[in-house]
Amino acid sequence: MKFTLAWLKDHLDTSEPLDSIVEKLTMIGLEVENLEDKGKSLAPFTIARVISAEQHPNADRLRVCMVDTGDGTPVQVVCGAPNARAGLIGVFSPPGTYIPGKDITLGIGTIRGVESRGMLCSGAELQTSTDHDGIIELPADAPIGKPYAEWAKLNDPVIEINLTPNRPDCTAVHGIARDLAAADIGKFIDPAIKPVKGAFPNPVKVTLDFSDTPPLCPAFGLRLVRGVKNGPSPEWLQRRLTAIGLRPINALVDITNLMTYDRGRPLHVFDAKKVHGNLVVRRAKMGESVLALDGRIYTLDETVCVIADDKGVESIAGIMGGEASGCDETTTDVLIESALWVPNNIASSGRKLGINSDARYRFERGVDPAFMIPGLEMATQLVLDLCGGSPSEITVTGEVPAPELIINFPLSEVKRLTGVDATPAETRRILTRLGFFVAGPDDTMKVAVPTWRPDIEGKADIVEEVIRIIGLDRVKATPFPRGDAARKPVLTPIQVRTRKGKRALAARGMVEAVTWSFISKDRATHFGGGGDALALANPIAADLSDMRPSLIPGLVAAAQKNADRGFGDVALFEVGQVFRGTQPQDQLIAATGVRRGLAKSTGRGRHWSNGGAAADAFDVKGDALAALVAAGAPPLALQIVPGGPAWFHPGRSGTIQIGPQNVLGHFGELHPASLQALGAEGPLAAFEVILDRIPEPKAKPTRAKPVLDLSPFQPIVRDFAFVVDRAVKAGDLARAAQNADKKLITDVGVFDIYEGKGIDPGKKSIAIAVTLQPREKTMTDQEIDAVAGKVVAEVTKRTGGTLRG
Amino acid sequence: MSNLDQLQQQILTDIAAASDEAALEAVRVAALGKSGSVSALLKTLGTMTPDERKLQGPLINGLKDAANAALTERKTALAGAALTARLNTESIDVTLPVREAPFEAGRVHPISQVIDELTAIFADMGFAVAEGPDIETDDYNFTKLNFPEGHPAREMHDTFYMNPQADGSRLLLRTHTSPVQVRTMLAQKPPIRVIIPGRTYRSDSDQTHTPMFHQVEGLVIDKGAHLGHLKWILEEFCKAFFEVDNVKMRFRPSFFPFTETSMEVDIQCKRDKGEIRFGEGEDWLEILGCGMVHPNVLRNCGVDPDEYQGFAWGMGIDRIAMLKYGMPDLRAFFEADVRWLNHYGFRPLDLPTLAGGLST
Repeated sequence: MKFTLAWLKDHLDTSEPLDSIVEKLTMIGLEVENLEDKGKSLAPFTIARVISAEQHPNADRLRVCMVDTGDGTPVQVVCGAPNARAGLIGVFSPPGTYIPGKDITLGIGTIRGVESRGMLCSGAELQTSTDHDGIIELPADAPIGKPYAEWAKLNDPVIEINLTPNRPDCTAVHGIARDLAAADIGKFIDPAIKPVKGAFPNPVKVTLDFSDTPPLCPAFGLRLVRGVKNGPSPEWLQRRLTAIGLRPINALVDITNLMTYDRGRPLHVFDAKKVHGNLVVRRAKMGESVLALDGRIYTLDETVCVIADDKGVESIAGIMGGEASGCDETTTDVLIESALWVPNNIASSGRKLGINSDARYRFERGVDPAFMIPGLEMATQLVLDLCGGSPSEITVTGEVPAPELIINFPLSEVKRLTGVDATPAETRRILTRLGFFVAGPDDTMKVAVPTWRPDIEGKADIVEEVIRIIGLDRVKATPFPRGDAARKPVLTPIQVRTRKGKRALAARGMVEAVTWSFISKDRATHFGGGGDALALANPIAADLSDMRPSLIPGLVAAAQKNADRGFGDVALFEVGQVFRGTQPQDQLIAATGVRRGLAKSTGRGRHWSNGGAAADAFDVKGDALAALVAAGAPPLALQIVPGGPAWFHPGRSGTIQIGPQNVLGHFGELHPASLQALGAEGPLAAFEVILDRIPEPKAKPTRAKPVLDLSPFQPIVRDFAFVVDRAVKAGDLARAAQNADKKLITDVGVFDIYEGKGIDPGKKSIAIAVTLQPREKTMTDQEIDAVAGKVVAEVTKRTGGTLRG
Repeated sequence: MSNLDQLQQQILTDIAAASDEAALEAVRVAALGKSGSVSALLKTLGTMTPDERKLQGPLINGLKDAANAALTERKTALAGAALTARLNTESIDVTLPVREAPFEAGRVHPISQVIDELTAIFADMGFAVAEGPDIETDDYNFTKLNFPEGHPAREMHDTFYMNPQADGSRLLLRTHTSPVQVRTMLAQKPPIRVIIPGRTYRSDSDQTHTPMFHQVEGLVIDKGAHLGHLKWILEEFCKAFFEVDNVKMRFRPSFFPFTETSMEVDIQCKRDKGEIRFGEGEDWLEILGCGMVHPNVLRNCGVDPDEYQGFAWGMGIDRIAMLKYGMPDLRAFFEADVRWLNHYGFRPLDLPTLAGGLST
């Protein structure tokens, strides 16, 4: 919402300086977004006359001008404008002037050897027009030496407020003035609007025809003015509209724009001679179209309300008029429409048609119904004043609603909700100045809401009115003690897991990324998602269309991007949501990571200490287990099963589970086909674990740790090497060894894997270290040999392996 | 010179000349071995007269002791030299670089770090952390929050919708974290104090907007909780978060459908070469929106607005991270450029605490 200071002062009698007004607007909720004060920014620019313009001695296109700036001593200026010539009256800026159009501050210059003490300016340099072909030329009577902005009447500051959608009343300068007056910035100027007596009946009949569908027009006021003379509107009106960025068209149209901004009352004017027969307000017919005033053709449907005559649609109700019956210089008879529309319908029609008009802006927020007829009267008077003519009587079709809302308002509500003690007197004063009618006793006032404030519904709204005008700086910061509740953890289990998982992965040298929650459909499909339910109806881009079923695609893409930038050895992780369905319980927290190139868990890149091996399944297995265990998973319960989902290498991937029913996640090298689908080069290892699947630990009554059981006897370590089939898993062999004596054997470590010379093809050797922890007494050699025998027997039985000789 | 003296001289010379343990051993055997020269002399003692023995005994034994002492000394010296020689061959190049410790190389994203900071600050003030799903219903995202159907206020949010469901209704991606207010109020009785961090989505993309971003929201429902308390909490928060002794804040009336009185809050700051300092300067920077929870919202969530009241606030996590840590561009948060992450990310052991400092 834009307006000028002078315009505001038509409605507000104030001597407050601009700065105070701007400050106050912001502090009462009408945030000033932009202030353009050309009187100030263009103050150094004065009117000057070119006395002489001689060819520059060293440059064909430049002229050396002597300029009369009004202070008696001519100033030498080098000018490149084609129209610089003796006798021209233009705009001069002395050295030290900030030139807004060029964003520079002018200095004394020497241009090709000739000194230049200032500049003759173009409209573009002043940002008063887009004209940069030549310097500004002013009429012969322009006063030399006077500030240009003042002379050109550009010095009326333009204020733009960022209006919140709840304040239709402040889509009008009049309403803004009312708010300021309530906040002690001047006196509100609000004379009664005098009705204009009709000289004859309105010959045009209006029908509201919505048959059995919900009506879209509560009331429609119309009046004919005959014998008008349309043409350019007067200079003051044109200037006002131009200042706020509107293009003057002709007096009749300019009057409607003035009413829109001055009073928040959009109107429409029809050239009566171009209207065929009577008017019907109705829903558009499916496929009906109209050429609107913006020169575009809109195809309508029955959700859109229109005003039609015998020939068809003449106007899109409340949004934009039609070209066919628009007013131009030839108009002699004008129909002025002032109507009410259903705000939601205007909003949805405007959205559907893609029209953002000043009328839509106001109607969808809700115009003052009580001003429908006064607005029509006021517009009529303006038409008579500017264009002459003879008005008909007003016809009103439908019924103007008269909302009447009276709120019982206990003054204590202000204190309850804001902590501020507002006095009854100031409360009454503020509300009354805002147009509320206040009656009743001080402790519970009866507050009648004005018709232009559809945003006011109840007590809380009244409190807001009072506090915003009193000023929020009256609210004193008041300590809000945390109370005497016991200090307990404030994070939920999944929040704790997320947090620990992130730190654990970062501590393994991985870098946390945050990638989009949506990925392309192809990628979603490849990773087990891509269903219709999880696709966006209105994605912002084709590759951000589906909710991600996995974090791997996003991370792989990110890793590849880094590789493309020359950083190929990256270890990225993310702990974030994945979507298995649309319901809250289908949203899970996955801890996921990828390692690309030489980004191993022991360090990134080539290093003298090892051969520069590529990150592999064991790096990401370590990551996955670290994330799970940090997040609270019981390490001994985690089982590793070969294989994983289709996007992993079938022989180089594993599944982490606690029993077959609870799969926590997967790890491994990515399948070459997946890499291809993701447009990434490998090899790439990845893991994904679902933190929600970690079982809750049993609640314990105390935080004490279990009793520490230390044996006084030394542990014994015995090494074994078995030759087994290549397919035998080390994990199975170790478990078999462990099971030989669950009590005595406390640890089984795999310390060597060997294939090759000395071992038959298709076989491998697995070496394990078995730790025995005696509990009651030191073990004899016979006892140790007996356990060793059991280990060999158990391993042989479970794996078919033989002890290597 | 006597024979003994000569022999001693010879042995000591041989010992000194022995260049390694083997040579030394040969000298020892030649002198003190079974048939060594000194051993032979010792054997002669038995054949001597007592007087001769009295005279020769100490001399020969003295020779033996001197040889032994010289042998031991030489042996120690040779062992030392051998060790020195071995150690010399064992030298390594200590200037070779070692691997950076993984916890030095890893990084936590600034968003995670700031969420941990927020948690630390608000936990201290008695707030729990609540969360909710990203895919929401229109009812929780808008209707229960007092966004009337079709109202322009809904257009302030460029909403992402999911494909229509079988019954024609449409789920959406939450446009703010406020639906979690609704979920919290529906799930628990007042008093309520929660902060709600999370991902939010709007169909908007330019220099300062990304289609996905992060918000944190605060909600207090309690008897007597008023604007003054809200102001205090926000001031305490800003001081703690920006790690300054004082902040000056400006509360401006504004509009949000779910609060009444609604406000936007500016914080006073000084901008200096891309850096923003709080608690000084003349500029105002908008950092959050807040207000008293709208009575309609309370009613929609089963709370009696005449018995309970409360306030809420919301701000962009990405935005406050940028303000505090100086990242110039929001979009870079989601580009996973390791150069950016290494530079702006945090080390995993730098867990923000009030005791140890949020960012130190």
